[in-house]
Amino acid sequence: MTQIWKHRLFWPLAALITLIVVNSVARPRFLTITVRDGQLYGALIDILRNSAPLMLVALGMTIVIATRGIDLSVGAIMAVSGAVALTVIDGSNDPGNLGTVLVAVVVAVLVALVLGAWNGFLVAVLGIQPIIATLVLMLAGRGVALLITGGFITTVNSAPFSYIASGYLTVLPFAFFISVAAIAALALVERRTALGVLTEAVGINPEASRLAGVRSRGIVWGAYILSGVLAGVAGVIYASNIKAADANAAGLFIELYAILAVVLGGTSLAGGKFSIAGTVVGVLIIQTLGSTILFLGVPSAQSPVFFAVVVVVVVVVQSPRVRRALGSMTRRRPSTTAPDQERTKVAA
Amino acid sequence: MRVNIRHTARRAGSQGDPTLAMTPDQNKEVLEMRKQILSTLALVGVVALTAAGCSTDTADSDDVAAPGGGGGGGGDLITVGFAQTGAESGWRSANTESMNEAFSEENGFELVFNSADNDPAAQIAAVRSFINQGVDAIVIAPIVEDGWDDVLQEAQDAEIPVILEDRTVSASEDLYASWVGLDFELEGQMAGEWAAEQFTEPTNMVVLEGTTGSAPANDRAAGFDAAIEGTPIEKIDSQSGDFTRDGGKSVMEGFLQKHGADGIDLVYAHNDDMGLGAIEAIEAAGAVPGEDIKIITIDAVRDGMQALVDGKINYIVECNPLLGDAAAELVKAVLNGEEVAKTTIVEDQAFDQAAAEAALPDRTY
Repeated sequence: MTQIWKHRLFWPLAALITLIVVNSVARPRFLTITVRDGQLYGALIDILRNSAPLMLVALGMTIVIATRGIDLSVGAIMAVSGAVALTVIDGSNDPGNLGTVLVAVVVAVLVALVLGAWNGFLVAVLGIQPIIATLVLMLAGRGVALLITGGFITTVNSAPFSYIASGYLTVLPFAFFISVAAIAALALVERRTALGVLTEAVGINPEASRLAGVRSRGIVWGAYILSGVLAGVAGVIYASNIKAADANAAGLFIELYAILAVVLGGTSLAGGKFSIAGTVVGVLIIQTLGSTILFLGVPSAQSPVFFAVVVVVVVVVQSPRVRRALGSMTRRRPSTTAPDQERTKVAA
Repeated sequence: MRVNIRHTARRAGSQGDPTLAMTPDQNKEVLEMRKQILSTLALVGVVALTAAGCSTDTADSDDVAAPGGGGGGGGDLITVGFAQTGAESGWRSANTESMNEAFSEENGFELVFNSADNDPAAQIAAVRSFINQGVDAIVIAPIVEDGWDDVLQEAQDAEIPVILEDRTVSASEDLYASWVGLDFELEGQMAGEWAAEQFTEPTNMVVLEGTTGSAPANDRAAGFDAAIEGTPIEKIDSQSGDFTRDGGKSVMEGFLQKHGADGIDLVYAHNDDMGLGAIEAIEAAGAVPGEDIKIITIDAVRDGMQALVDGKINYIVECNPLLGDAAAELVKAVLNGEEVAKTTIVEDQAFDQAAAEAALPDRTY
């Protein structure tokens, strides 16, 4: 039991489950999942589907943060990627053609890759502070996206394109499978090869790991490229969801929500150790919180406060000090030994 | 501006080679320095790129960016400085185009255009530079209401009349000549009156609000609520969709999960974009937008009008971005010394399906 209590995913998961319980109590409909034409439909399914863009961005952010960096440009990259995809489709003769859509998506993701590589170049090669390096693109990228769309919202009618966000693969939304694929691929590469450990090493001490023979430059560069590509895919999903490229609103503030998701999942902003599972739970917490605001009917003027209060509670509860204090209170053990045990656990 | 930055970049890059004749230690230091210069250069490059982006946006007005000297010395043309908020939406782009057209050379104007990218400080600086350039009149689309007293006083001291467009300011009315814009509350009221007429049986309505605290969101809500008071329309839920399609879609999805598609009869969206998002959500829920669930929106941009023609939206009240002609007339009147009204409200139209079909081909925005 204490093992579960001490697991680092315990509190994030507890927060997620609490939110779901609160929603279900307020509106039992929340848990209802209906089958329509062999497709599942319900509030929980909506959460899985709508969380896809934030999930992708937060996964990339996790790896970047693990290298002691931060990527503020993800929202702008989403806007650019959506704008590129829609412009390609809009400019083609046959918007409904699967080939056109594939070309558009590939071009959009390639552009995102280039932007990610640019961030990585600034950080890994030129040694600019990550927050400044990515701030450049955060501010400039949206302008580029606006330039591509000419300041208007480009709308297209393309069945294969809207399938990306709204379509179903068998019984579940296609966008959910994109999330799952990204999580699985990342977990496999980072945790089944040495790359994850090397990334953490670079984050904990870049100089020491370089001296130990880790090619930190490549790893940092790669992290920003990954973040850019994932943001590019997220931008395509976002655009597909509304069948339009909204350069002003696409991915607005998503960098902050992604950082929040990473932190809620227990990854430290100081770099080093990271948790992919934690980020996944963090994203689901944020997405569920959005639904909670709707289901409880929190007035829109108060909803940011509600959001903030929940986040503060989750973060405070996760704090090692608070947990230690709570732990010694609930267990009523001699207070001299309990903190020591906790500390070794945390260190391990 | 673009040219200036490129000059700086070139100068920074051409500082000769300081690594010559140095000890290895110094050499290392200089290498570090060069690294920094390189990174600065890279940054400058990006900034230049953005600047290029901005200037392409306003390419037409760039040509006239050099005003004809103090007091409109350039022949008979009236030099007008226009401080726009930025290019944050399709509505804004259409507004800018309308101003460019109204203040064209054929109409006897020379327009000095500035887009402040939604930075209030930059906008005030732009107005100040208009004053220094000695333009004949200044038109401002204020980004924020507050902080205008000083610069408006400066304009008055320089005897340059100021016309406000679209949004207004909190400064004293004596500091500007006139305001031309729209009445958001009336827009909401027009939408509400139509709803009150159409829905005589008990109706469950959900509202997709604009950005919390923004004037259009507040006023459109107030106007609508006043108009449907005492009718069988009941507002069962209301949440902000931030004026975006994505916001409208995700909030509507939540409403549909919460109340069920059968539990909602009417959607009132504070702008077209959120209404378009709601259409997507309603279709995904297996209901028919415009029939099972009626939709009323405000704005009348082209995509919204198309949806109205397609029968997915039922009624749209216009929020007219074409304020250019009204502003140009005001400028001329003020410069001729005529008395002008302090506020000019440009009439908004409202469209049902038939009217939209007629208006759609001419819709430029």
